[in-house]
Amino acid sequence: MSKVLEVNDLSVTFALRNSEVRAVNDLSFTLEAGETLAVVGESGSGKSQAFLSIMGLLARNGRTTGTAMMGDINLVGMRTSQLDHIRGKDIAMIFQDPMTSLNPSLRVKTQLSEVLVKHRGFDKDKATRAAVEMLERVGIPEPAKRANAYPHEMSGGMRQRVMIAMALLCQPKILIADEPTTALDVTVQAQMLDLFKSLTDDFGTSLVLITHDLGVVAGVADRMMVMYGGRAVEKGNVNELFYDPRHPYTLGLLHSTPHIAHRAARLDPIKGLPPSLEHLPKGCSFNPRCDFCFDRCLEERPPLMPLAGGREKACFYEGPLQTRKVA
Amino acid sequence: MLAYAFRRVLSAIPIALIAVTACFFILRLAPGGPFDGERALPPTVLANLRAHYNLDQPLINQYFIYIWRLLHGDLGPSMVIDGFNVSQLIAIGFPFTLTMALTAFVIATAIGMLAGMVAAVYQNKWPDYVLVLAVMIGVLIPNFLMAALLQLWFGVYLRWFPAGGWVNGSWWHLVLPVTVLAWPHAGRISRLMRGSMIEVLGTNYVRTARSKGLGERLVLARHAIKPALLPVVSYLGPGLSYLLTGSLAVEQIFGLPGIGKYFVTAALNRDYGVVLGTTILYMFIILALNLIVDLVYAWLDPKVRYR
Repeated sequence: MSKVLEVNDLSVTFALRNSEVRAVNDLSFTLEAGETLAVVGESGSGKSQAFLSIMGLLARNGRTTGTAMMGDINLVGMRTSQLDHIRGKDIAMIFQDPMTSLNPSLRVKTQLSEVLVKHRGFDKDKATRAAVEMLERVGIPEPAKRANAYPHEMSGGMRQRVMIAMALLCQPKILIADEPTTALDVTVQAQMLDLFKSLTDDFGTSLVLITHDLGVVAGVADRMMVMYGGRAVEKGNVNELFYDPRHPYTLGLLHSTPHIAHRAARLDPIKGLPPSLEHLPKGCSFNPRCDFCFDRCLEERPPLMPLAGGREKACFYEGPLQTRKVA
Repeated sequence: MLAYAFRRVLSAIPIALIAVTACFFILRLAPGGPFDGERALPPTVLANLRAHYNLDQPLINQYFIYIWRLLHGDLGPSMVIDGFNVSQLIAIGFPFTLTMALTAFVIATAIGMLAGMVAAVYQNKWPDYVLVLAVMIGVLIPNFLMAALLQLWFGVYLRWFPAGGWVNGSWWHLVLPVTVLAWPHAGRISRLMRGSMIEVLGTNYVRTARSKGLGERLVLARHAIKPALLPVVSYLGPGLSYLLTGSLAVEQIFGLPGIGKYFVTAALNRDYGVVLGTTILYMFIILALNLIVDLVYAWLDPKVRYR
């Protein structure tokens, strides 16, 4: 398999009034052609900011360092005018809230066709025809009619389909979906994931799925990267991570997910709250909430260490995880 | 869209009627009358005059007579300026006032929107600060003071523009009064535009537009300006009516031959017909402006059409 994206030492900092917050810290990962990578973490883990920074979409006070290579092009630090030849064409993004992510004052067809006019040089008619075709492809009934609609005339699910159609118009190499199903009804969520899977397979697009929903990950992802406090804490194949988590945080996430097969009286959530990025604890960021924490974790930050089978984890604890926690 | 426009026109009728009624009676609350001068008229002359203008009848009758004439398009005679009726006075003065106010309006709106956009795009950088300062000057200094300052500086010291008066067709004479009118208007527009533009630039849909690689220019032109115009457009109607009423004072200061001259003297002389006629004219203009604003609004924000 070939790499479509190789990220090295990506850091994102936000300048505040008189301090600085690091939202993402030395993040490195690769994305292979055609695969689906799930990026999992709680709110504030830096998972969204990492990818917004790659897309050049950070808030005004944000700054990115490190590299994000697509082939031999580094997306980090690229001038916006240069980046605009790449984003929307080779790398596209879908956002969490379909209700506010489409422009309320423009017809759906305008918002779709402009992408093709810009990146493919289509004239308006040709672009509109292609847009209608794409709407049909994402399962919008009467696409020619709906193309003339304004976003507020559509349901949330329909709008997310429009977003998907918009992102895939140029058949990008990479599609970043930032919590694409969070704002949708559960019934629609499953349809949406199927749609993602089949379309990205058809186009050979690599999918990055940013989510906190492990159900979503289990359904569609090949590999998974768990983030905590702006760092990757565990990476690996989805099946292995689910059945044999090596980082206590991954284990905690798995235990916090309700499971129909072994219905417990109570869920077993991770204790405590995610840390404030301004005051990360010394040593391992997860140490205040960790059941397996020992003295080394309080002093030293565990680096990401390779394990067998191409997995990686950032944890000093080497003992068995399952036995100590759950009976 | 057409049905929406029709509904809006219909709903303007009762508003117009209420406004005319209120003006009519409020005007009569003011003490004095059109024939009270420093030298009292002989009682018989006064009685004849009052009878001629129906002022001897009960107020409610006068009201219905006025409404009846109004419905026939007759604004009645001037009670003070002999031989002229109100429509004639408006025909003489209003074209000038309208031309000046519209000129100021168009210039100020264009400058205001542009300045607001620039300030928003360069938020908290030097172009923003410069524009905010210019705006503050225009909004803070009242128009009569601004007029005097401009007259003094550009009219008397620098002699670039005439300090007042009017020579037919001379745009040169309009520069200072139009500046006085336009500056605060441009200031308010640019503040509204800056605020709404900053808000729109932070929305999710502008982020989406950027993620599509459209380029900053297209993002601004297509995705940001239209929604950002909403609060600005809703101010344009009232804004133009401020300009029209503001021009009454500015005409007076610069000695320009608009309707302001008639309106101010008519108000002092209790020339009921002229004051009412001018007020009704302004009312219709404001109603029409609001209607236009609502229609533009419906075009800018498709959601409005269905309410």
